[in-house]
Amino acid sequence: MVKLGRERGVILAGLVLILVYPWGVTAVGQPFLIGLGTRILVMGLAAASLDLIVGFGGMVSFGHAAFFGIGGYVVGILAFHAHAGTDLLGFIPGSNQALVVWPAAILVAGLAALAIGALSLRTRGVHFIMITLAFAQMLFFLFVSLRTYGGDDGLSFRPRNLVPGLDTRNDTSFYYVVAMLLVGFLVLARRLLDARFGMVLRGVRENERRLAALGIAPYGIKLAAFTLSGAVAGLAGALMANQARFVSPELLHWTKSGDLLIMVILGGIGTLYGPVLGAAVLILLETVLAQWTDHWMIVLGPVLVALILFARGGLWAVLAGTRRS
Amino acid sequence: MSPLLQAQGLVKRFGGLVATNNLSLDVLPGECHALIGPNGAGKSTLIAQLAGELRSDAGTIRFDGADVSRLGMAARARRGLVRSFQITAVLPEFTVLENLALAVQARLGRHYGFWRRAADDPALRDPARRLMDEIGLGALADRKARALAHGEQRQLELAMALATEPKLLLLDEPMAGMGPEESRHMIALLRCLKGRVSILLVEHDMEAVFALADRVTVLVYGGAVATGTPEAIRADPAVIEAYLGTDEETA
Repeated sequence: MVKLGRERGVILAGLVLILVYPWGVTAVGQPFLIGLGTRILVMGLAAASLDLIVGFGGMVSFGHAAFFGIGGYVVGILAFHAHAGTDLLGFIPGSNQALVVWPAAILVAGLAALAIGALSLRTRGVHFIMITLAFAQMLFFLFVSLRTYGGDDGLSFRPRNLVPGLDTRNDTSFYYVVAMLLVGFLVLARRLLDARFGMVLRGVRENERRLAALGIAPYGIKLAAFTLSGAVAGLAGALMANQARFVSPELLHWTKSGDLLIMVILGGIGTLYGPVLGAAVLILLETVLAQWTDHWMIVLGPVLVALILFARGGLWAVLAGTRRS
Repeated sequence: MSPLLQAQGLVKRFGGLVATNNLSLDVLPGECHALIGPNGAGKSTLIAQLAGELRSDAGTIRFDGADVSRLGMAARARRGLVRSFQITAVLPEFTVLENLALAVQARLGRHYGFWRRAADDPALRDPARRLMDEIGLGALADRKARALAHGEQRQLELAMALATEPKLLLLDEPMAGMGPEESRHMIALLRCLKGRVSILLVEHDMEAVFALADRVTVLVYGGAVATGTPEAIRADPAVIEAYLGTDEETA
């Protein structure tokens, strides 16, 4: 609260940076870096959606990549059927239209989150971590076994989903579509977290038993947050599939869930914007260090340890001078 | 006058230990009913059973004309049967005002507001502020609950329960860990509540019990050994033997 001005400044700087990035990398003659920027924004969206439940709801999910991957596969499978001119399950036609495919990805991922959440949220703590991981692994092997859609090898498709009035084949246009969706989500999430729903969600994190004693049943609140978070991860997965024009079970691998958690912790748990920063730092570190050594995690490890020991609110707290809200 | 709360034949076993032993108890509308008994008599267990946090092994609980035996804690709280905790359970990272606003929200329901800022909502803010002033925490509105003194946290705890506008308050040792000054303040607060809301009070502080209670029930080994006015209880030989006698000897 005290340093609200500074946090606003950092948010504004971030917005400007997102806006001018494609122009900047083109100006220095490296336009291929636009794709890197898109990946950062997409992973930022997925990480921020994870922060909703981890940071604000106190639900540490180790299976978030499941919803990310489901979103990706909705894009891949519908594109596959659109190309082949066949129907999925005999009655769902394929599609290349973003306005059809992306809401479908959100819906399917949301429904999966609703089902998985309904079962997982009967547990808490370590059990919750393990059961979300178990569900994600089940889905991972489900997609590995889908031979029609490439199984292990994944599924390539082209072109990108079509957005009316835009050329999504153009990397810069696609970058701005992703940027708009990310900023839109952050605005909505900020409102939601400051609204009544956010108050009870944070109350659940603080003391579930106390909330029940006041007459608020925590289960429904947690399930709503979990479903919403999964749905947004599905959108992020759909965008990632479009960026790469390729989906594979790798999207759902448990290490992907780990990456998302690292982004949240690195950027700042319960800061909402921090995980976007965390995604940027993790992906940049990976990109730069991987050119230098395969064992780039050797560098990341100590950075994470130092951050967790010395900056509880992650990089966002260091930058914006705020503590976890 | 029909009782507001009527517990009949309640039993709770933990393995071989019988914590609540065929206990019956009623609380009348507007009454302050105190529950006393030596350590381990099963007072906190009984509160948890009445609040719906612990499932009873046998017995029924009727509240406000309905059988609530099968309802969970949140559902009972929404009907007006609200507990406070012996170990302070405020939300530490919430400010005083936010703690109370959340409790007001618990009464109003409608938790699925996704757009309007809760802090700007007069339906939450105004009752929270009123209660904060009434309970004497008005100056600390924006202080985080974890930064409050112990006595202030206990006051906030009570205020949160009040914000839900309960019909019956189950108070589990509201004076626990308080100094004499803070205790006096809390007794004064509770006295103000008398008549406005029915109270079932678990308390070790005999001075407080005899100052506040209309009726007293004495609990020993999970069963009620006596119920009556404070004067009658003070004079009951069985009670003196079981509880008050030893208490006065050590005092």
